[in-house]
This record gives sequence, C-alpha cells and structure tokens, in this order.
Amino acid sequence: MSDNKKESCGSGCGCHNGAPDESLFNRRNVLKAAGATLGVAAFAKAMAPITEWKETTSVDEFLQTHYRELSNDQLDEVIARLEEETKKDYGADVTITDHRPQMGVKFGYALNLSICIGCRRCAEACHHENNHDRATSNSYIRVLEMTKGSMDMEKGNVHYDHPVPHPDKFYMPVQCQQCDNPPCVDVCPVEATWKEEDGIVVVDYNWCIGCRYCEAACPYHARRFNWKKPVVPKNEINPNQSYLSNRIRPQGVMEKCTFCLHRTREGRMPACLEACPTGARVFGNLLDPHSEIRKVIDTKRVFVLKEELGTRPSFFYFFDE
Amino acid sequence: MTPPDATTADAPHHDARFHATSYLKFLRLAFRLATEGSWLFYAWMFVLTCIALVGTHAWAVQVRDGMAVTAMTDHVSWGLYIANFTFIVGLAAGGVMMVIPAYIYHDRDMHDTVIIGELLAIASIVMCLLFVVVDLGRPDRFWHILPFVGKFNWPISMLTWDVIVLNGYLLLNLHICGYLLYKRFLGEKPDKRWYVPFVFLSIAWAISIHTVTAFLYCGLGGRPFWNTALLAPRFLTSAFVAGPAFIVVVLQIIRRMTKMKIGEGSIRTLVGIMRITILINLVMLISELFTEFYTGGSHATAAHYLYFGEHGLNALQPWIWTSTIAIVVAAVLLMRPKIHLHMKTLDVACVLVFVGIWIEKGMGLIIPGFIPSTLHEWVEYIPSAIEWKVSAGIWAAGLIVYTLLLKVAIPIFTGQTGALQGKNK
Repeated sequence: MSDNKKESCGSGCGCHNGAPDESLFNRRNVLKAAGATLGVAAFAKAMAPITEWKETTSVDEFLQTHYRELSNDQLDEVIARLEEETKKDYGADVTITDHRPQMGVKFGYALNLSICIGCRRCAEACHHENNHDRATSNSYIRVLEMTKGSMDMEKGNVHYDHPVPHPDKFYMPVQCQQCDNPPCVDVCPVEATWKEEDGIVVVDYNWCIGCRYCEAACPYHARRFNWKKPVVPKNEINPNQSYLSNRIRPQGVMEKCTFCLHRTREGRMPACLEACPTGARVFGNLLDPHSEIRKVIDTKRVFVLKEELGTRPSFFYFFDE
Repeated sequence: MTPPDATTADAPHHDARFHATSYLKFLRLAFRLATEGSWLFYAWMFVLTCIALVGTHAWAVQVRDGMAVTAMTDHVSWGLYIANFTFIVGLAAGGVMMVIPAYIYHDRDMHDTVIIGELLAIASIVMCLLFVVVDLGRPDRFWHILPFVGKFNWPISMLTWDVIVLNGYLLLNLHICGYLLYKRFLGEKPDKRWYVPFVFLSIAWAISIHTVTAFLYCGLGGRPFWNTALLAPRFLTSAFVAGPAFIVVVLQIIRRMTKMKIGEGSIRTLVGIMRITILINLVMLISELFTEFYTGGSHATAAHYLYFGEHGLNALQPWIWTSTIAIVVAAVLLMRPKIHLHMKTLDVACVLVFVGIWIEKGMGLIIPGFIPSTLHEWVEYIPSAIEWKVSAGIWAAGLIVYTLLLKVAIPIFTGQTGALQGKNK
C-alpha cells in the first residue's frame, strides 16, 4: 500500500519526519479509535443471532463429556436434563432409558426380496418409532424399486408413485447395514460414533460435531443429518426412548438406524419388522444357532450389498428358491 | 533470508529482559504499521470488513436456524464450504513453490520475496480453519476435536490428520515469518539454526497438507468418483499452478504499491513452475477422463453427469466447462515465449488459472462426488445465498489477514522502519 508522503516518512510506519508522534490523542488515533469502536459494534450486531440460539443450549450441555466416559450418576443427571428439555421444547413427557448391549448377542437382519412388495410400511413405522421430523418425513429406510434382471442400484428408483407391487419390478429396502468394518466409524474425527458389542453402530448425539464426514463415507446412504431442529407434534411423540436411539435429536448432529435398540435390547422386534405385512423381514441373534436369522443364513442363498467394499454388513438379503 | 549486506551486529546475545522490552516494541511497531496507511488502504480494509461482517451475520443465522438454510442435503452433504476449503489448502501449499527455489536452489531473487509466499500460507490456513468451522453443525462443540481435551480419533480418521497438518503448517509458518521479521526489526542477522530446519520441514509439510486433504476424499470406497489414487497427485499439481498464479499477481501489486524491490527473477521462476505444473495437471486430467469414459460403467456416472449432464440434470455443466476452458486457455497463454515480459498476458493467464482451479477443486470435484448418491438417487446442489455470503466473508477475512501481514512485513523486511539498534545509537 502506498503512503501519504505529506505526513510520514513514506514507509507506512506512521512516524512523522522520522520521529514517531507519541501524542495519544492526535487526530489519527482518535479516528482510529472511532473506527475500531464502530467495527466492534457492527460485529456484535452481526453476531446477534448467535445469542438467540444460545438460549436453546445449556452450559451443562456444552460441558457434557462423551457418553462412554459418563459415570452412572452423571448419566442419570444428563438423562434427567434431556427429559426436562423435551418437556420444555415439545411439551411431551418422555422416558429416556440407557439400554446396554446384552452379553452373547450379535444382532443380524435378513430381508426376503422374493416377498417384499415395496409398500414402504417399514419406512413409515421407522419414521414414527424414531421420532423423526414430520415435515421432511425422514426415515432410516429407503425402498428401491428395481428392474427385474438387474441388481444394479443405478437402475433402482426410490420415488415410485403407483400401486405396488408392480409386476415387472422387485423391491429392495435399504437401511443401515451395521457393518463389521464400518467406514462411518473410521472417519469420525471425535469418536462420536462407534460399534457396540451387539453389532449396532450408534451415535452420541451430544458429542457429534456435525461435520458429516460419516455421511460422506457411508456407502449405503444410511446416515441422516439434522439440518434443523426436528418438529414432532406433542401427541405423536413416541415416549419410550433411549439415549443412543430414538430420543429426539438436537439440531446439527448426525443420526442413524440403530436396529431399534430400545426395543431389541429388551427382546422385542424392530418397528420395521413388526410393520411388515408380508413377513419379508427376519431379525435375531446371529450367535444363537437356533435363531431364525441363523436358519435363513444357513439354508437360503444370501448376499450382502456392495460386498466388494469390504464393509462386512450384518444385513443380509435373500430370495426364496 | 537476509542479504549479506544487512546491518549486523556480531551475533549479539540478549537476555530475556532485553527481549521482553524489544518484543513489545516490535508488537507496537507492527500495530502501527497495520493501522496506518493511505486512503486507498483504509478504503480497501473498509470494503473487506463490510463483506466479512455480512458473512459473519449469515453464519450466525445459519447457526441459529440450522444448516437447513444451506442448499446441502443428506445426499450432497458437503457443498461450497468444503469446496473452498479444498482449494485454499492448495493455495496454502502453493506458497512452497517460492520456498523451494529460495532455499534449495539458492535463488537470490526468490530469497528476497519468499516471505510473500510464507505469509500467504498463514492467511490461507486461517481461511481453511474458518471454512471448516462454518461447515460444522455444532460449532459450539469444536473443542471435541482438540487433542487431549476432546476425543481425537487418531490415527484412523483422516480429518484428525488434517487438523494436525493444517495447524502444524500454520505454526511452522508463523514461527519462520515471526522469527525473521523480529530479527530484521532488531537489525540482526537471523541465526540459521533457528529457521533453516523449520523451512525444510515446512517444505515437506506443505506437500503433506494437500496430500492429507486428498486422502480425506480418496479413502472413501463408497464414492467411486473420488476413489482414485491420482487424486492426491492431481491436488498437488493444481495447487502448484494456482498458488504461484496468485503470488505472481500479488508481487506485481506490491511492486506498484510499495518500495519493495521485486526482482524479475521471482516472477520468471514462478512462471517456469506454472508452465510445467499446468501441463502435468492437464495430462492427469486426461488420464482420469480416459479411464472414466473408455471403461464406462458405474464409475463413469458422476463424471458423465459432471461434463454432460444426466437424466435431464446438468447444474454442474456450466461450471466444469468454464473451468476446463479457462485452464486450457491459460496453458496456451503460458507457453508464450518470454511471457514474464508480457505482463498483461501473464495476468490474464494467472486469473484464468486461479478461477479454473477453484472450480475444478470445488464444484468440479467435491459436488459430483455426491451425485448420484450412494443409492443412486439424483439430487442436485446449487449453493444458497447464505453459503455465498459466508464464503465471501471468509475470503474477505483472509484478504484482511494477508493485507495486514504484508503491511507489517514489507516495511520491516525492506528496512524502511530503521533498525531498532540503529535508532538507539
């Protein structure tokens, strides 16, 4: 930048005739101070929306440590706070439980492509069970309508709008595959997502920073981001919630299918399975040799999606003979 | 860094008390240099501040209302912010193309101007960090990504590697520039032991920042468009075109606006580098396109969409063709013999390269990686007004930082402020 030669030595050092002007209240300094004050005021004004947002996040929330580092007492406090916040924000009384994995259980899911009719009741049940935002009709399940003669997902379509089943098509619901080698877990910079002992990949909604790297890494489009605060009418809220699954998610964090761990860890079936009218879905403990899921894997021709990527899914597809 | 004819005392040793007072004087001088200048300088800073404030406000709204105000979706989960981030990492790395000639090849002219490139690295990394922060859904939880304080998923997550290399590069350059300027201010000859090892480390480090950033994308098996071993080399070559292009223009502005002598050699060397790197970049682009289109299949889908559109969707087409044409034209212009004597041609080439690579690393690389989605849904992305405002704000903030750094560094570096010891005598 060039300098005003009349006032300074031309070096831009602010000196006058080589000697710095030490007077604190010369015209230049006063103008500078006025400019700086104006700048700070404008900055405060520009940042104002942040203060409105701050009202919705508490100091306790800010300081909360990672789920896996919380002591039992701390977890109780956190859960009490979350229940209170749900009451305040949504007007609903909910119970949040901390369901832990059971010993000797590894969950697996299988889906019979021969009898799935593409009715998408599974997706709808998921939407309600997991307290998804109503406006976006979000769901962890996407149902692809596939052309017969191809397993290529590029020939699939999720936006079909006609009576089902269509005679020339078959249907392939896709949700989180609960991989044994999950790319989403590898890429997370803050360990906000991890694989539990029963094979379910979970997210700590209070630790996720919302960078969406996991969403970029997932080959099954199984992760969802809360682009804004979910809106669920009070009377439609599912009050049976769990810390790591279907509690209402905060704005700006990732979420995903948890095989309804708040149900399955209690010995019940996932909501999508219960909603399926054709019995295409099979869920159970892969470690139990007498379970139905093991029977399917042992006797049917089973395959997994995108096997070539090495993600080793716990979600299997099969056809009847 | 210091020419041999610099004012030197015979390796003076100072105690901590000396540094405590003289460093304060150094900071005071820096503050004065940074806040005084011509009306043109004030006008420039005023305009940049206004743009930065508009960006700040847009970001504040985004934090309050959620990232639904951006055009990103679950399908295209990274957009303009990460696109800019990717490009600017290259800009930061590009500065190394001045450091290598200066320190490895002992290029005298480059020695006198290398600090311009190092300061650009500082300003660029500041912008990179800002672009990452504005892309976070929960900026209030930024501390979770700090080592020791939060939970640092190292060495598995490439993003934690990126945190390390970017901040490391920032610290390296702050140290090198800060040390050299302080020594200059004292009127002493810098001690080689205190900066030369860091300079050599910074050369390797510059390559690492862009390599790690490429690994962020090419490590994802589920994204065929990114999943190519050529990604990191392409990142590096394109950075080594765009970085020098920016610096060539800056050197010319400095030549006009200040008393700093910019030797023709600096510009000639940078042009020589650009001539080679732009051609390598084109060769790599052609190789990439050949494997995509000759083979076909699912891997070619995103590239086909990018260049020709698909299913009636073609939002990226104007971007990529602008970029391709800009880079090809720039490559031809750069082949003009003695181009360093034809500044107009050179300036046009530099601007074309800069814009071309910015698009190539952004709308031409990050966005098509998401289209079609992994379940092959076709969702397009066109940045929202908020995203443009925030991005412009960060660019303005980066230019503010760069202007101030130059404003402080150039007078000290050219000895216009008078050495401290000289004054005291």
